[in-house]
Formats: sequence, structure tokens, C-alpha cells
Amino acid sequence: MPVMNIIQAVNSALDGALAADEDVFVFGEDVGRFGGVFRATDGLQAKHGENRVFDTPLSEAGIIGTAIGMAIYGLKPVPEIQFSDFIYPAFDQIVNEMAKFRYRSGGQYPCGVTVRTPFGGGIRGGHYHSQSPEAYFAHTAGLKVVVPSDPYTAKGLLLTAIDDPDPVIFLEPKRIYRAARAEVPEEPYRLPFAAAVDREGEHVSIITYGAVLHEAREAADLLAENDISAEIIDVRSLVPLDEETILASVRKTGRVVIVHEAARTCGYGAELAALIAEKALMHLEAPILRVTGYDTPFPYTLEQQYLPDALKIFEACETTVDF
Amino acid sequence: MPGYPPAALLLEDSMKTALRKKLLRDMLFARRFEEQCYQDYQVRKIGGFLHLYPGQEACAHGVMAAARPGEDYVITGYRDHVHALVCGVPAKEVMAELYGKATGSSGGFGGSMHIFDASKHFMGGYALVGGPFPLAAGLAKALKMQGRDEIAICFLGDAANNQGTFHETLNMASVWELPVLFICENNLYGIGTSIERSTAELDQYKRVAAYRIPAAQADGQDIEVVHEAAQIAVNHVREKGTPYFLELKTYRFRGHSMSDGGAYRSKEEVEEWRKKDPLEILLARMIEDGEITREEYDAWDEEILSEIEDEIVPFAENSPDPDPADLTRYVLVEDDPYVHGGPSKGGA
Repeated sequence: MPVMNIIQAVNSALDGALAADEDVFVFGEDVGRFGGVFRATDGLQAKHGENRVFDTPLSEAGIIGTAIGMAIYGLKPVPEIQFSDFIYPAFDQIVNEMAKFRYRSGGQYPCGVTVRTPFGGGIRGGHYHSQSPEAYFAHTAGLKVVVPSDPYTAKGLLLTAIDDPDPVIFLEPKRIYRAARAEVPEEPYRLPFAAAVDREGEHVSIITYGAVLHEAREAADLLAENDISAEIIDVRSLVPLDEETILASVRKTGRVVIVHEAARTCGYGAELAALIAEKALMHLEAPILRVTGYDTPFPYTLEQQYLPDALKIFEACETTVDF
Repeated sequence: MPGYPPAALLLEDSMKTALRKKLLRDMLFARRFEEQCYQDYQVRKIGGFLHLYPGQEACAHGVMAAARPGEDYVITGYRDHVHALVCGVPAKEVMAELYGKATGSSGGFGGSMHIFDASKHFMGGYALVGGPFPLAAGLAKALKMQGRDEIAICFLGDAANNQGTFHETLNMASVWELPVLFICENNLYGIGTSIERSTAELDQYKRVAAYRIPAAQADGQDIEVVHEAAQIAVNHVREKGTPYFLELKTYRFRGHSMSDGGAYRSKEEVEEWRKKDPLEILLARMIEDGEITREEYDAWDEEILSEIEDEIVPFAENSPDPDPADLTRYVLVEDDPYVHGGPSKGGA
């Protein structure tokens, strides 16, 4: 089985989807001839033609709006927004049009757009090339929000997203685009929009998604050296949320540390904490802790201070275990 | 609608030697500054994203020679170092900002794409394309309401004109009669996508006609042409208090950013444009007119390189990093009790 990084896995997923279904279209800024600024669409235009893989003007609202039009006609558009920080000109199209289409047409029009967009910090991109906007979209009824954490999940979840009849915001963890490598089948395969137990443990559940899953693994290694056994849950799908996998882990360990890069206030971790408080309170042995970004714009120079790292996760796990 | 300014005007009203010398030296400084950035990025002293200006120097320098640097309010995109320099932001502070140091123009909080200096009325570089258009209109609205005679100048690239804010802003600037000058530095590419493949009208100044804003197009490689066209533009905005749009046809010699291999442009095309180097155009003309010798020019170059190597870079290198304790500063007013997130400590 070939070893791929996330870029190659995304490329492989798109290649397979384009080959298998002529209703699939891939487009965005620099996506066609240039092959994408991160090279995720490299070679796809040459292989599948300029009608299937094409460049757009620098017009995010227009990109998403035309994707909606194609989708309600019945096609399967997969637009790329070059950085998730650039998605806001299209926020109106996503929140007011894409998310509500099925609902306000009384079920007549599904809107099967898959919006691919790189997100997250750690590459010294500063304020406008580093943000984690998942909570805005998870808060918007009518959207699915999916976050892979490695090449294997990137390909499998992306193919599920493209098949999905409803709109999916597919957030790709760009910091580990090339760093994360794994065996990935060449053939198309699909992963469910469900959480996975990334590592089994007994004493504390680290619930996370995206690039920081890898920091959680590092923290779990450090904890193991201190005789603390951490279980890691890779959420993968924020909407729909696989409650049972999460709650089963909480019932087992009784201790929870939620980790994400996005700012803490009203971050997705708040929703997870509320879920656990509502449905597993009596299983908790300690307060739920969060290791998140700060409530600041994404910093330029101080990004390593801002980001969750293994040590911060380790300390939070120790705190909850010692409670 | 005016096109290129008439050549006769240029000949009859050619710049004084002193101004030519200043412009040439300033452009040379900008070129060397950007080349230093390139080198420092290669050795990772500058991180993140870096977008360099060589090739386009005549645009910022030529326009601002017709305006009032430090007084008029200037706003631009992410290729912003040289615009900051032209407005009078100290080169040391720009370099320190690129290094992410506490002595940078924004204390290391901004970086390459986000230079700001309120004292020089440099209202910022912006990473998000199209974002500055309405901000420039807002600055102009404020200037108009306050009865000031400064103007707002918005420098952006051609690809930005495909954002909705372009059209919203032009309409408002026209309806509200705002003293704002839009400079479109048309370098023919939005990252790796050529204007032919992204934009229906290649002549950007023609897109403005629908908003009843006077617009012109000029050669952005010849700084004297730029200066002449900018004088007409600036005078219009300042005297009439209404908007004007000037398109400058230009070219960036390097890639969009440091991660750009440039495979989307042919070698022949790049070579053809390199023959239109704004520094060489002005230098050749001044040598021909007996205003400077190649030796004098080379001596400037030595001075500039020394200043960069001996003063500007060491200042950036030896400056302190931002204090990690400042991670949560500048989000809101200094004593605001806002909760600043980060790892939670848990309940008692």
C-alpha cells in the first residue's frame, strides 16, 4: 500500500471521485492550471480536462454561490477556498444559502457541495492564514463539518463528503499537510462521519480533532511514562457528532481533556463539554478541562505560545487525574 | 476617458534632476531592501509568507511622488513593504516587523503582510485581497467630513478587482463623492492565474466607467510616466474631492510569494518584462541627460547595501522578541476584563 501525505491523499480522493462520477467538479483559485497553492489539485486538470477542474477568479462569494447553483441542479461540486481565512466573503452564501436550501425548499433541493479548505496555524502565516473557523459552521444548522487528522482519514472522509447529499465544510489541517504520512489505499474507500478511538487508555480521555491530534499522541506518550494511561478520541466529524463513541470513553475514564486550536470561548470544545455534562455527568471524576487557543486573533510571532502543545495537554491531563 | 498621458506633457514638464535622483535612489533602496528580505527568508530569519516588490517599484514611488507621503492616508495589500517605506515608515522598523521583533512597526504582531504605522498615515497592508477597498472609502469619507485636504490612496492589484468589495466601494465612492484615489497595480497575475484566465475585461480602468469615476491607464514601469499620470490623478482627487482610478501596467519579477516556483509564466515573458526594469529605464535616461554617471549610481548602491547590512539587518537581528506575556494584549482596550482563553484550570 502506498505511503501518502495529506496532500497526496486529498489529490488521490479527488482523482478517484472525478474518474468515477462525471457529476463531480473541482474548482477554485489557482486550482486548475497551477494545481493549487498547496498542490492538492496538481495534475487533475491535465488528467480530467478543463471542464471538470477549473480556475476561478479571486471571488469567494462567487465560487461558493456558483457551487450552490451547480449542486441544486444536481451536480457534485467540490470548490476549494484557498485558506479558510479567505472564506468570509462567502460566509453569506454558505450560511444564508447553502445551509438552508433543503430546509426552505421543503426538501426539494439538496445542496451537495463539498467545500474543501485548509485551516489552522503553525506555519507563521499570521492572522489571515492560520484561523480555525469550525465553530461558525458547526453552529449553522444545515451544514456538516468534517476534519481529518491524517492522510488515511483525509481520503476516506473526503470521498464520503463528496457522496453526501448535503453540504459539507471539509477542513484540512494544513500544518501537517506534508508532515503526516500514512499508508493509504490507492482505490477509493469511504469512512463514516463518526469518531474513532485513536488510542485506548484507562485514566483520562483526550478528545480532539485535526492537527493537534498529533500533539495529543505526544502527550499520551509522556503521560504513559508517568503511569497515566490516556485514551485519545479523534472526533473527525463535528457535525454530525458521534456522541456514543465520546460518551463511552468518558464513562470509561471519568476524566476529560478537550483539545482544539481554535479560541476557547464558544469553541467547539464548549459543545463537547456541554454534551458530556448533560449525558455523562455522574461518570465524571473531575472537571472537564480544555486546552485551546487563546481568545485573541491568531498571533504572528507568538503562535507557538498560542497553540496547544504536548506539554499543555500533558499538564491538563495531570491536573484532572490529580483532582 | 483619458488613456496614457500625452507624451508631449511629459517632455514639456519633465522632472527636475533633484526629483529624478531622489526617485532613482529610493527605488534602488527598495530593490535592495526586498532582495535582503529574500536572502533572510532563505535562511529562515523571516518566516511565514513573503511577497516581494521588485519590478513594480515605479508604481508606489511614482504615485507617492505626486502625493504627500506621511500625510495622505495610504492603504494596500500584502505586497506592502515598499509602500510602507515610501510613506516614511523607518526601514529598520519594517525589517524588524518582518523578523517578528518587538521593535517592529507593529511590535512583531503583524509581520510581512500586515505593516502598519499610524504616525505615517500608513493604514496598513492587508493579507485579504479586496478587504482594503471599502476601508479606503471610509478613510476618505472621514477626511471629507472633517474638511481635511488629505486624500485616501488605495493601492491594490488587478486580481482584487474580482472581489465584490471593488464594486461596492466604487459605487459608494462615486455616489458619496469621496476623495479617494484607487491605484490598480496590474501585474497580470493573481498568484498563478493569469488575468486572461480570470477576468473578462483586461483593461482594468475600463471596469470603472460604469461607476462614473474618471479612470486612466499608464505604463507602470516608467516612473516618469507614472508620476505624470499620478499628478493628474492626485490633483483631481484633492481639488475636486471626488474619486479617481489609475491603472498601472506592471510586472513582478519574482514569484507571487517565496513558495512560488513560477512555472505558470514563460521564461520569454519574464525576460521581456525584465527589459522594462523601472530602475534601468530611469537610470538610462538620466545618464543620457548627463544627470548621473554609472559610477555615482554604483556608489549609491554601495551606500545602500552598507546601510542595510550594517544598520537595518543588525537592528532587526539584535532586537528582542515580543514578550510571551503579551500574547493576550491588544485584543481589546488594555484594562478590559475579557477572558483570554487558553488552557482552562478547572473548577475548585
